[in-house]
Amino acid sequence: MLLIPCPWCGLRAESEFSSGGEANISRPYVNNDLSDNDWADYLFYRKNPKGWHQEQWHHVKGCRRWFNVERHTVTHEIRKSWPMNSSSDSND
Amino acid sequence: MTRYSALNLLREAGRLHSGWPEAWSSRDPKTSYDVIIVGGGGHGLATAYYLAKVHKISRIAVLEKGWIGGGNTGRNTTIIRSNYLWDESAHLYDFSLRLYEGLSKDLNFNIMLSQRGVINLAHTENEMREIQRRVNSIRLNGIDSEILTPEEIKHFVPIINLSNKCRYPILGGSIQQRGGVARHDAVAWGFARAASKLGVDIIENCEVEGFLISNGQVHGVNTNRGIIKSNKVGLVVSGHAGVLAERAGFRLPIESKPLQALVSEPLKPFFNVVLMSGKVHVYLSQSDRGELVMGAGTDSYNSYSQNGSFQVIEQMMASSIELFPVLSRLKVMRMWGGIVDVCPDASPIIGFSPLKNLYLNCGWGTGGFKATPGSGYVFAHTIAHEEPHDLAAPFSLKRFSSGALIDEHGAAAVAH
Amino acid sequence: MRNKIRRLEQIDRVDRDKPIKFYFNNRAYSAFEGDTLASALLANGVKLVSRSFKFHRPRGIFGSWYEEPNALVQTGLRSDSTPNQRATTVELFDGLRAKSVNVWPNLHFDILSINDKISSIFPAGFYYKTFMWPHFLWPIYEYLIRHSAGLGRVPEAPDQSSYEKQNIHCDILVIGGGVSGLAAALSAAKSGARTIIVDDRAELGGPKFDNKAHISGQSIKSFTSHVEHILNKNPDCEIFTRTSAFMHGDHNFIVLNQKVSDHIHPELRGNLPRERLLKVRAGQVIYATGALERSLVFENNDRPGTMLCSAVSEYINNFGICPGKRVVISGNNDTIYILARDLLNAGAEIVAISDARKRELAVTASEFNKDLPVYFEQAPIKTHGRQCVRAVTFGRVSSDGFISALDKNKKFECDLLCLSGGFDPNLSLFCQSGGDAVFNNESSLIYPNNSPKNVHLVGSSSGIFCLRDAYNNGLKVGIRASELEGFSCSLKAELEECSDNNLGYFQPVWGLSSVHKRPKDFVDLHNDVIGDDIRLAVQEGYQSIEHFKRYTTTGMGPDQGKTGNINAMVLLAKHLGKKVSEIGLTRYRAPWVPVTFGAFAGRDLGILSEPIRKTSLHYWHEENGAIFEDVGQWKRPRYYPQAGESIDDAVVRECHGVRNELGIFDASTLGKIEISGPDSGKFLNRIYTNKFDNLSIGSCRYGLMLKEDGMIMDDGVTSRLDEHNWFMTTTTSNSSLVFNWLDEWLQCEWPSLKVFITSVTGQWSNITIAGPNSRKLLAEVSDINTENSHFPHLTWQAVNLFNIECRVFRISFTGELSYEINVPSQYAQFIWNRLIDIGKKFSITPFGTETLHVLRAEKGYIAVGHDTDGTVTPNDLGLVKMLKSDGDYIGRRSLYRSDTSREGRLQFIGLLLDERVPEGAPIVEIKGDYSSRIKTGYVSSSYYSPTLDSPLALGFLQDGLSRLGDSVQVAIPVQGRNVDAKIVSPVFYDPSGERLNG
Repeated sequence: MLLIPCPWCGLRAESEFSSGGEANISRPYVNNDLSDNDWADYLFYRKNPKGWHQEQWHHVKGCRRWFNVERHTVTHEIRKSWPMNSSSDSND
Repeated sequence: MTRYSALNLLREAGRLHSGWPEAWSSRDPKTSYDVIIVGGGGHGLATAYYLAKVHKISRIAVLEKGWIGGGNTGRNTTIIRSNYLWDESAHLYDFSLRLYEGLSKDLNFNIMLSQRGVINLAHTENEMREIQRRVNSIRLNGIDSEILTPEEIKHFVPIINLSNKCRYPILGGSIQQRGGVARHDAVAWGFARAASKLGVDIIENCEVEGFLISNGQVHGVNTNRGIIKSNKVGLVVSGHAGVLAERAGFRLPIESKPLQALVSEPLKPFFNVVLMSGKVHVYLSQSDRGELVMGAGTDSYNSYSQNGSFQVIEQMMASSIELFPVLSRLKVMRMWGGIVDVCPDASPIIGFSPLKNLYLNCGWGTGGFKATPGSGYVFAHTIAHEEPHDLAAPFSLKRFSSGALIDEHGAAAVAH
Repeated sequence: MRNKIRRLEQIDRVDRDKPIKFYFNNRAYSAFEGDTLASALLANGVKLVSRSFKFHRPRGIFGSWYEEPNALVQTGLRSDSTPNQRATTVELFDGLRAKSVNVWPNLHFDILSINDKISSIFPAGFYYKTFMWPHFLWPIYEYLIRHSAGLGRVPEAPDQSSYEKQNIHCDILVIGGGVSGLAAALSAAKSGARTIIVDDRAELGGPKFDNKAHISGQSIKSFTSHVEHILNKNPDCEIFTRTSAFMHGDHNFIVLNQKVSDHIHPELRGNLPRERLLKVRAGQVIYATGALERSLVFENNDRPGTMLCSAVSEYINNFGICPGKRVVISGNNDTIYILARDLLNAGAEIVAISDARKRELAVTASEFNKDLPVYFEQAPIKTHGRQCVRAVTFGRVSSDGFISALDKNKKFECDLLCLSGGFDPNLSLFCQSGGDAVFNNESSLIYPNNSPKNVHLVGSSSGIFCLRDAYNNGLKVGIRASELEGFSCSLKAELEECSDNNLGYFQPVWGLSSVHKRPKDFVDLHNDVIGDDIRLAVQEGYQSIEHFKRYTTTGMGPDQGKTGNINAMVLLAKHLGKKVSEIGLTRYRAPWVPVTFGAFAGRDLGILSEPIRKTSLHYWHEENGAIFEDVGQWKRPRYYPQAGESIDDAVVRECHGVRNELGIFDASTLGKIEISGPDSGKFLNRIYTNKFDNLSIGSCRYGLMLKEDGMIMDDGVTSRLDEHNWFMTTTTSNSSLVFNWLDEWLQCEWPSLKVFITSVTGQWSNITIAGPNSRKLLAEVSDINTENSHFPHLTWQAVNLFNIECRVFRISFTGELSYEINVPSQYAQFIWNRLIDIGKKFSITPFGTETLHVLRAEKGYIAVGHDTDGTVTPNDLGLVKMLKSDGDYIGRRSLYRSDTSREGRLQFIGLLLDERVPEGAPIVEIKGDYSSRIKTGYVSSSYYSPTLDSPLALGFLQDGLSRLGDSVQVAIPVQGRNVDAKIVSPVFYDPSGERLNG
């Protein structure tokens, strides 16, 4: 069970959180140029790296804030977490 | 090659088993092949076998980065069934089940298929309705399936708890009698042996590090054992499809997640079916050795570590004891995890990749074992004819753009 | 054979003033309090305790703790019955019952011991090669295979004991209470760090290999009590005994299993749980897990009377039992001489000692006694005897560690054979934590490598076998770990005066150098894997260590190969002609020791397995005979049967009640979300497919919510409370899903929107009154103008009911005139009671979800999750009018994908038929003969409609909306028949909406 650093609450057990997958996906502006493929890319295609991965988590059984985490998908080491809508660099 | 039979076993016993040949030959790679299959799991080996047997292709290599059958083939809970809701899935999985039914004979390797019946439980009115829908739909497709009352379930599994004091009492269920389990390692080894006999080169400890690509076409692979050329490369790497796709320069609609399972210490036979519950999320069967084999759902986050989270196991155990209170004093002997590649609609991808000459067979999620022979068969056809097999056609990568998903989330209800 | 053994003096563990009785295979024996089942059986001279898994060979007690591969028994009866207990870890209480497992008809005469005679046809993996012909006999073969496999039996009755769980946080967790672990805990606790030390045995101090060992002039026993005393006084330190660490998870999450009451007499257990699962999150973890003794591989190395040296030491020094009179000791390290000394002191005769080492390398051992009959460079090649060992023959050990026969055999008669193949650090948990175990080809020992951050090893688990070094190492690592957690310790790791025990020079012994005739030289005692099986596996190509393990099943039994895995690995390397380090190790898996299912589940069973949500009217429903259904976590009244009524009768009565007079319904489970802020309208426009920002204050609107893939996710009515406040309702099952959904969009995608959402599901109860008399009732209980013109459909008003401020929404899911009265939950019961009382004059009828479903189906309303399954778009439902043409909304783009917008999709229709069909039944059309049925759709809802006095159904059909009036059939394959049906509009009742608008 992971120990996840919520930027507001500190280290908490994984069972308090829900995982939201890849971070920093922004919803495309929909216009006529947006092809089915572009839309599929946004809908379904995700980074799936073996290594460091930026993802978002929801402290659903805690402060209920969404935030970002950088976690290694092999060792599960977490090297940083930062609030939603702030840069990952500001929290080093 | 010595046939496997009781007679030969007796004969070999007489000479202290000194005459058994290698089940398969592990070879060094040649410089080029007609077809390269990347991934020596059940699906990859089956693909190679059917390429050689059905399509008479002679120069085939299976490249395995570790040892064959070492990925999800050797880590699953060995359940086989074809009671899928959507026609596309039902046809594919039932084709596979039919191949399984003749597989021991076909491969001359006892894969210990045990068609002891797969029961799905319903704990709510909504689940009962889903079962009605599924059973009727499956029956229309000519696949066996029956609806069970709680009392009928008790007949199959006498230790089940039908008390209404359960948090979610059992309202009924369904059974597919032809469903069951098989010995997972034997499936990989049996295909390897049969493929090897047909001349397929099985190359272990050979990791594909990159692809030879020009003008959007693949011409071969770069491995830790050198360059191997081929104008047809099939990617069958459960748990690592995303990693290999990245090496080929494209992304897939796949996320890789840990899936855990465990076995108890061996017990005398007491559990003679496979049983699954979506609501309380557990699936169980008893192996021929007597171990109770149990599995749960995937973790929610991406991982390549083969370690899942403990709370998944805790919940699965609570569910099992809720269903079968007499299990409480059994003991867990071994726990393990695998990495499953999950597609958004919980259905696999079989067919073309964005690159010419590179074919995909991946994204089987939690249910790939049951599809092993069928998957190999239709994928071999797809590679040989450069055109999807009819059963594979709906599972193309294109469906994610068109929206023609085969959404088995609701239908599968439970990982397995 | 069963001669009771006289207990030795000076024993620690058993209390000879407290004799107890126990039963083994239904025969009574005596023992003392403090005995384990194994020690008691040995004390009673019972040598044969079990049969092996495959060949059913006679087996005795081999080890003294969890490494035991043989002595598995079933303890207890009925609900206490516990399969596969190691006799070596079962602590006795008066009256304990144990039985051998996997024997028939009994232990001494076991039919399947025939397998041993015909074992030549059962090599590794034989089952893959046979049982294939004739095909139809396979079920019988399988039956036989299954019934000859397996060990204990599943208990007959449910477990009555309880299991608990506890979460623990600490700075330093020390696993293992031997000398190095105690030293580590001592310095860690002294530093002020919150320290926990755990040991799986009943007391601290580690195994009792050498009762002469001492630290600072103290025996290990008094050293242990001294440290224990210090630790107990320290409020920051906790000691857990009988507690096994069995799993090391991510981020130093270690799971421990504490055996709380199994060792206590059942009548004295009180309310104690049976076991406790301790989930520890530790800053630093110090493994002091000791070492595992290797066995030796030679012919018939499994006969009862063959034991590990460490086990024999334990039985002598801890239990006062010398398990043999005429003893042969075989080993390859100095511990054999300590054992020899203890055996002599215990009165045994040492018949012979084989020391695999060269003489000059062995005689430095401190306990070496030149009067003993020691045979250097030798090891056993076989034992003799039947149901127990009678004699041993030695062979010569060459420098590569393999044993060959001597020209002139040396055969020694004995009744106990003690084996020591050396010690390997116990690295299972260390490896689970991310460390590596590597085999050193030079020393032939396993070493730890790559210690993960915040994980440490001390003592013999780190390869330090000298007592003094282990003690000092423990102190030092304890200090270092405390410092890493920000504590400091003044304690200096000092060289204590200490006995200088060591393993001495180590000469590996692996097995027989050349074999013929497949001797029974067991590598894995539990699974009956012999040396030749390894050769066969290699011959057949199962050469990777994992293939080998799986093919031969080596190390896959309940002992997980604790005493045999290293030997197997080396034999594999030998047959492969490789170095051992080249073939690698199999992965160490949790649990380190088997753990009870019940401990994982804890108390999360029955009604505690998941919260039950009840509305504030729940007890009224109960008192009034409601039958409930589970919807999500909620209990909802499904119908209210009156005396003698079936569900169908009740539903007909309730339906007529609503349609003709007045019904009352508890809709409190609907999700309720308050949405506030100036951007709420804009936000709702994006969330719903239809327009919301133009909704006037006081009005309500039905909305459809899609997932981004264009499929219907939820529906419900949202009302505008005032300029900036809105009130959303969701379906019962999706209430938290929708709330989290809104939250995610607001936080992650549109943080600039000024919107705040609050879940108010529990704050408001929803009492819905429906039917032609509902206006009369509302007029009677309130002073508002209920005229249609003042309070039209899809509006809401704040209404004072019985002096309570309520919100009344004129919304209808039944198709009747209907008011949803939202009441602060604390007043819900009061208002419900008043409405029932006053409603009597309007023939008020409480109705449940089943009736609601019939009524909404008559009206053609979908129920999300019932009619939709995540593959249905608004177009499929014929709800194009719900899609706004201006502005984006979630899921919009997906509706224009080629498949989502194609012809031939399943569309929502109604069906009229002559009988009620199962929900989910396929809709088929027959082209040609009956067998060529084509599935064109399915039934999603199906009811008998009391209003129409006819069965009706809702469903999905290819291009259904353009096929109204056609005939199709509903197939019921489970009944082998079809039912005729006519395609109609899904709105069966009041299509013009006069009733709900009127």
